Amino acid sequence: MAIALYIAVMAGVTYLVRMIPFAFFTKKIESVYIKSFLHYMPYAVLSAMTIPAIFFSTGNMTTAIIGTIVALVLAYLDLPLIAVAIAAAAAVFAAGVFLN
Amino acid sequence: MSKKKNSFLLGMAAGIPIALGYLSVSFAFGISAVRAGLTYIEASMISLTNLTSAGQVAGIDVIAARGSLFEMAAVQFTINLRYALMGISLSQNLDKSYTFPYRLIGAHGITDEIYAVCSTHKEPIKPAYMYGMTAIAVSGWVSGTFIGAFAGKALPEQVTAALGIVIYGMFIAIIVPPASKQRSILFTVIAAALLSIACKLFLPMISSGFAVIICAVGAAALAAAIFPVKEE
Repeated sequence: MAIALYIAVMAGVTYLVRMIPFAFFTKKIESVYIKSFLHYMPYAVLSAMTIPAIFFSTGNMTTAIIGTIVALVLAYLDLPLIAVAIAAAAAVFAAGVFLN
Repeated sequence: MSKKKNSFLLGMAAGIPIALGYLSVSFAFGISAVRAGLTYIEASMISLTNLTSAGQVAGIDVIAARGSLFEMAAVQFTINLRYALMGISLSQNLDKSYTFPYRLIGAHGITDEIYAVCSTHKEPIKPAYMYGMTAIAVSGWVSGTFIGAFAGKALPEQVTAALGIVIYGMFIAIIVPPASKQRSILFTVIAAALLSIACKLFLPMISSGFAVIICAVGAAALAAAIFPVKEE
């Protein structure tokens, strides 16, 4: 089967899943429970995506844990997103060099 | 008009860490796409039209196995279903100018990261703000794919390994500050993390996209029951 066809199906389904609720849902939600649920959603999504995946993100759990600790500390100190992200990668790199 | 341009630039600035994170993640995607038998043009086309990590990785698996188009559609639908929830969530905090035609375009920019940054943004979202963020994120995502597909093997392994953590470092930077200030968010974050670890340990057959939906919905539902948000 042509690869272009696979790509078209991938793109089409992904777009519709994003577009239909976003474009057609215009009501303001009144329910306190649903509002609260939506308020907590982004934090829950990010946390579930990060843990435990971050520990497998570098191919070496020791360097990944070191990077995670660096990210947690710098994030707790309220550093900008980009600084936290790059410092975590730098820590992983340094740990990788040091451990070998 | 100048105000419009301003929000576009603001969106781009807020999207820089996303773009850098994407650059490193899509770089890895580019390498695997070529391994799965795609050309670097095909790999970049997938990144441009899909703009999602888990769905794309699953997609090239289907292509490599020469699966059916129905399987492809079902896999994409399941893994990307979270974007439908995020779209509803975002729809609650849009500026009045964000009308239907703008939404048709803006929908393409609903990713985990853009959603996270937009939904924690203090003001209602203007189309230009989200478009600016999407534009820079897409450039990072597509160019990372292209470079990874084209020249991935040339980089030292320790560099690509270190880049793997970038996107997660950004996630941590988004969730830790509010979690350290609000008990309800701390609760949400810990509940989602524990559920996610439990999924990985006890339900390893569930795809990662689907696991994220279950854990996030579970944790947010629990948090909403225990800590209802008071009206401002």
